[in-house]
Amino acid sequence: MSIQIEGITKNFGGFAALNNVNLNVPSGELVALLGPSGSGKTTLLRIIAGLESPDSGQILFNGEEATRRQVQERQVGFVFQHYALFRHMTVFDNIAFGLTVKPKKSRPSKADIRDKVFTLLKLIQLEQLADRYPGQLSGGQRQRVALARALAVEPQVLLLDEPFGALDAKVRLELRRWLRRLHDEIHVTSVFVTHDQEEALEVADRIVVMNQGRIEQQGTPSEVYDSPATPFVYDFLGNVNLFQGRVHEGTVQMGGMKLSSPEHAATNDTSAVGYVRSHDIAIERMSADESSVEAEVRYLLSVGPLVRVDLVLADGESTMEVNLPREEADRLELRVGEKVFARARKMRVFVDDYQI
Amino acid sequence: MPTLGFNMHAANNHHHQAKAGASVSEPAWVRYLLVTTALAFLALFLLLPLAAVFVQALDKGWEAYLAALHEPDTLSAIWLTFLTATICVPLNLFFGVVAAWAIAKFSFPGKSLLITLIDLPFSVSPVVSGLIYVLIFGLQGWLGPWLQAHDIKIIFAVPGIVLATIFVTFPFVARELIPLMESQGRDEEEAALTLGASGLQTFFRVTFPNIKWGILYGVILCNARAMGEFGAVSVVSGHVRGSTNTIPLQVEILYNEYSYAAAFAVASLLALLALVTLVIKTVAEWKIRQTLSITESEG
Repeated sequence: MSIQIEGITKNFGGFAALNNVNLNVPSGELVALLGPSGSGKTTLLRIIAGLESPDSGQILFNGEEATRRQVQERQVGFVFQHYALFRHMTVFDNIAFGLTVKPKKSRPSKADIRDKVFTLLKLIQLEQLADRYPGQLSGGQRQRVALARALAVEPQVLLLDEPFGALDAKVRLELRRWLRRLHDEIHVTSVFVTHDQEEALEVADRIVVMNQGRIEQQGTPSEVYDSPATPFVYDFLGNVNLFQGRVHEGTVQMGGMKLSSPEHAATNDTSAVGYVRSHDIAIERMSADESSVEAEVRYLLSVGPLVRVDLVLADGESTMEVNLPREEADRLELRVGEKVFARARKMRVFVDDYQI
Repeated sequence: MPTLGFNMHAANNHHHQAKAGASVSEPAWVRYLLVTTALAFLALFLLLPLAAVFVQALDKGWEAYLAALHEPDTLSAIWLTFLTATICVPLNLFFGVVAAWAIAKFSFPGKSLLITLIDLPFSVSPVVSGLIYVLIFGLQGWLGPWLQAHDIKIIFAVPGIVLATIFVTFPFVARELIPLMESQGRDEEEAALTLGASGLQTFFRVTFPNIKWGILYGVILCNARAMGEFGAVSVVSGHVRGSTNTIPLQVEILYNEYSYAAAFAVASLLALLALVTLVIKTVAEWKIRQTLSITESEG
């Protein structure tokens, strides 16, 4: 089922949680709503589910107006951050709940319910825990039960609110890969909310970056990561160094570096902000040209495949975080306290909105 | 499970604090003095009077005790007390659950006003609570003349007693359930709704199992107060023997007539009720703590 969101606005008291949000979720896609807390992503998810109602705007399911539809009629599966399992019911009864509350005429027989629950238990690999209570399960197991419970009613849309937010790092990693595989199998239209960029980049077909009740950018993970549309998206996705400086007729001067920026050829002496990803900085022994800047190695951390190098620029204040591949770091034989030259291979410059 | 880990961590911290507290606490004699004082106070002001009630009640022997309870006016008072409680407790149970449900699970304008109003009977003197009904339904009251013309008796009759008792006891169930339901949040209810459950199905299959011990706790306290209420009932009852006297009023009449043994015999019924209430209350409290600790570990 496709979801269309048109001009949704929602205020809580004086706080604008959503401000004229438009979004299309094509049928069968797995979409991530990514943003910091307070960006409105959870509110948007709850409005799709029917747990909140928007102040204005409308929602269409498969092109049909669904804004006023009751939660129960929307056929959505909702997975909560804190699982929200029924604590007084066994795992079996939790998963069966959605089937047992159906009106008599559409309710499956006891045997059918049992079959269905055990099929789902097999899917989440917890068949042997059917008689346990939620309190006796680990966090990862609980969240899988919550997922099975949502899937039992065969929802048209699966909505997940920070589904892995309360789990520890290793379980989170396993579970999100599992969710991706599951989605490849069952292809139910899914929207999940997260504040974890890595999670969004790894799991989603498409990422919707939200900030302060608005959508900043949407696109495939590589579109969003490689060409961020706004300073916010740059800041939010990936490790990034920020420089303040000025742009004048196609030349950017910031942090002691002088770079050319052809797209700002018409800009006349304007303050600007530049973003450089930490893996887009090269460290060299010799200064090549004006685009490199002298810096001192302050800190080295060589754990994992990347070596992190913290640099202090010549002004003694500005710092740069650089991630080098291990071989390159080994080749350079860096030492703390050494003087080196840093060069931004790729910088994205945003000119300040106000023009002088 | 970082949340669970966090909770365990918090529990450990408490443990440490408790230990640390013991090692730097007051000298032993101060602790013994404090404990002894507290126990002596309890014994003097709570246990002694309770014992006195039973001793006085059985002063003239077991047969006199039973005879005092078999007295027709007393039987009628016992009957009226049970009748009142049977009407009030279910009504206040219904009201309490509805109010707590509304307050804990929804936000709406006037919510804080409703919470304040629920507490009103606790903050008003019971005598005033009774007088309110005299002012409304009494002969000189707003509705008095109309009621008299239609031959409906409320004041100095059973309906007045029931009304006054409902007023005095209505906070108990709601007060107990509101914090309990608030601490449990609305996630489970929302989950039930997204799974297609109706409002009633959600209440009976998801909410009720989580609050049943809280309900029992509220109901027994409500019942104890409904049976024991004196002030408000005294104002509206009119003290008609064998007809509008409840157990507490009957105790007062017997006492004023110097029938001490009979007075204490009847009073011992209320004392017994108190003891039963305490036992059930303790069990319910223990069960509520159990449910809440599950909530926390799921947190």
